[in-house]
Amino acid sequence: MGFWSFFTLLCLIGFYVNWYGTTKALRLNANISEGGSKLPSLPSYYGTHSFLWLIIPVITFLIIWFFFKPYIMDFFLNKYISLNMDDSFTGDPSMLIDTVKATDPENVFPGTNPLIIESAKYYNQLYLSSDSYVFISILILGLIFSFTSIKRISFSFQARQAVEQSNVNLLIICSVIAIITTVGIVFSLIFEAVRFFEKIPFFDFLFGLVWSPQTAIREDQIASQGAFGAIPIFAGTLLITLVAMFVAIPVGLLSAIYLSDYARPSVRKVLKPLLEILAGIPTVVYGFFAAITVGPFLKDFAQHFGFSVASESALAAGGVMGIMIIPFISSLSDDVINAVPMSLRDGSYAMGATKSETIKKVVLPAALPGIVGAILLAVSRAIGETMIVVMAAGVAANLTANPFESVTTVTVQIVTLLVGDQEFDSAKTLAAFALGITLFFITLLLNLLALKIVRKYREVYD
Amino acid sequence: MTDVTKLIQASLEKRHNAEKRFQFYGILGISLAVLFLFVILISIINEGKNAFKSTYIKLDINFEEKIVDPEGLRNIDDLKFANYKKLITSSLKNYFPEVSDKKELRSLGEFISSSEEQNLMNFIISNNDYIGNSKSFWLLASSTIDVIHKNPDMQNLSEDDRLITDRQLGWFKSFEKNGDIKFGLNKNFFLKADSTEPEQAGILGSVIGTFFTLFITLILSFPIAVAAGVFLEELAPKNKFTDFIEVNINNLAAVPSIIFGLLGLAIFLNVMHLPRSAPVVGGMVLALMTLPTIIIATRASLKAVPPSIREAAIGLGATKFQTVNHHLLPLSLPGILTGTILGMSRALGESAPLLMIGMVAFIVDVPGSFTDSATVLPIQIYLWKSTAARGFLELTAAGVMVLLTFLILMNGLAVYIRQRFETKW
Repeated sequence: MGFWSFFTLLCLIGFYVNWYGTTKALRLNANISEGGSKLPSLPSYYGTHSFLWLIIPVITFLIIWFFFKPYIMDFFLNKYISLNMDDSFTGDPSMLIDTVKATDPENVFPGTNPLIIESAKYYNQLYLSSDSYVFISILILGLIFSFTSIKRISFSFQARQAVEQSNVNLLIICSVIAIITTVGIVFSLIFEAVRFFEKIPFFDFLFGLVWSPQTAIREDQIASQGAFGAIPIFAGTLLITLVAMFVAIPVGLLSAIYLSDYARPSVRKVLKPLLEILAGIPTVVYGFFAAITVGPFLKDFAQHFGFSVASESALAAGGVMGIMIIPFISSLSDDVINAVPMSLRDGSYAMGATKSETIKKVVLPAALPGIVGAILLAVSRAIGETMIVVMAAGVAANLTANPFESVTTVTVQIVTLLVGDQEFDSAKTLAAFALGITLFFITLLLNLLALKIVRKYREVYD
Repeated sequence: MTDVTKLIQASLEKRHNAEKRFQFYGILGISLAVLFLFVILISIINEGKNAFKSTYIKLDINFEEKIVDPEGLRNIDDLKFANYKKLITSSLKNYFPEVSDKKELRSLGEFISSSEEQNLMNFIISNNDYIGNSKSFWLLASSTIDVIHKNPDMQNLSEDDRLITDRQLGWFKSFEKNGDIKFGLNKNFFLKADSTEPEQAGILGSVIGTFFTLFITLILSFPIAVAAGVFLEELAPKNKFTDFIEVNINNLAAVPSIIFGLLGLAIFLNVMHLPRSAPVVGGMVLALMTLPTIIIATRASLKAVPPSIREAAIGLGATKFQTVNHHLLPLSLPGILTGTILGMSRALGESAPLLMIGMVAFIVDVPGSFTDSATVLPIQIYLWKSTAARGFLELTAAGVMVLLTFLILMNGLAVYIRQRFETKW
């Protein structure tokens, strides 16, 4: 039985038990004697209860099966292989399992060991048939649960309370997924990062000045052992972020001031959505723009004036990242500037101040904590931004403060280290997780700091 | 005029100038932002507008029986393995009778895309009676010829910078003179998946991959996020536990997307052994990323429902759950849907976490299921951008245009729902 036929059958059975529970409740209600009271809950709750008792066990068992299937499959395949093993098989049993799994019995390479083809056939058959057996047994189990629920329908059974309680539990489980995700992030990063720090000392990573993550592929290779000093990467990230902020803060802030205090409502109505479009453009598009248009343009431009700019310069990546962040800063600042009450402005005008004086001396100081918070959030976004720098910044870790040169960032390194073949015992792969956890904590700190500044220094008006 | 008024006059002028300057800076800021937007859009359209057409060359193909079906049995297997490249080469040779050198013939053969051999084969299998006859075809030109055709000024470059030799340029010009070269719709772009040859590469594979991925994202994140939002906004008691959940959700909304990719790699691939490059895993990762967005949207639109509705329902004897189900959810559904669509459109443009779980593979087949290897639109764009061949550049820009079209459609839908259904209290 395939998944879809299982799914259809499940839906049909679900409808059936729901209907059956409801009609049974209706029947009980119809048969009460004169003066007797009806069931304590509405009939549909009895149907829903039976349905829940079908669907909850089925989903639970399905999830369990989903997680354990690979292990169970491996166990059976291992058994099959060890039973049929003969001298024509060579190699490590676990490698053999992978070979068998990768073999498609319908379409084999010529010269494949026939026993491997046999095992692959066995495996495929097992893979399909196990699903059918498990699906059927899960359905039967669900039905048994459901029928115990239908059996319980009586005048003493309060179905509504039971249904609502299980619904609340379901909602709690859904909410807890946020916690599970955070815990999953922290643990998976820490777990791999600790393995990295077993190979490379923590302080060598944090304060080393050389980053060249090349490790020897074979034992006898003379290649370098690899250096994992992350300072050049942090410096590169900082440089690109600075360039981005250099573009985004003035443009974003001035746009926000103009939109909130100068623009007529009709102008604002046109300009604000335009800025939102800028925010909605995917980062891969910005990356393409940076790499294809801005990078070569800067290079030609500089050549025209006789100095040289790398085609993957920090300036191109950072500048385009700045454009991406403009709407972020402008919409957050727009909100805080608008939140400054009109009475403050009116007071300032009454003292004879011009509009710009009011903005500079009254509105901006009042909105400052919110603006600083917005800038910190923008910095955290720039640090974590990936696609623009992957497409437009370099891979080589240069330690430089010159924005015309090519630098690399934390996210670029994570991508370069992890895309392609991975071995999860080499320092090279694990280094990505060490960088990842650094990134996670830095952005987390920036976000918390931004929240704190906003909360602590926010003026409460009225 | 007294001295004092003069003084004031002068300072007023200065202050008014400062005022004008400040306003000018504001206009400058917003115009720069809008200018950037238009520069981006125009440069992409400029780069990609040519990708939707491709070059075709008209040739008379003579289906000689001794090449196509030497045994004369019309056996499908014989027809399948006939040398169709030879057919194309010989018709090119007929076109330029003066070419006889083997090496030159080969460089002449580079004019026609290799995919046309397959097309001729399919043609002859369904039209057996053309064997021995000839028919004229518009054949798809190879990518280099296409590039030269689209950028006529490249013809003036020196031979080394031009992609084609002087000899090939001569042939190209005689095709042009005879009117046997034209632009046609680039069908491959819409109907094919990735390929190593720019003229055969298309967007369909990644569009389907995106569809599978986003489907998983939607069915996972929408119910879970709405449930969590309802719980936190309406049912949850105020205590440490629910506060902790809230802090977590707000933090997750600000975690860099690539971190979700690392999570997917470490948990979904390494611990759970789910297939690499599969839409199901990509969808799960994006669902985790989209959850906070939808939860926050759900809570905001529940909050917008006035308390009088809740009180009225409860006053009539509804339970809290019935209030939520019968009144609050239907009323806040437009807001929730708008938030969901915006979250999905963010997921549509997201590529960094998918790089981590291996959706960055070169995949030539259109994916057929949730567990097939697949790629998505933004990553297809990234892959094409990283390819050196000249023809891929315009494909990249065209891919960007397709992606932006989808985004505009989704955002338009969100705006429509907001304006059509949202109640203002």
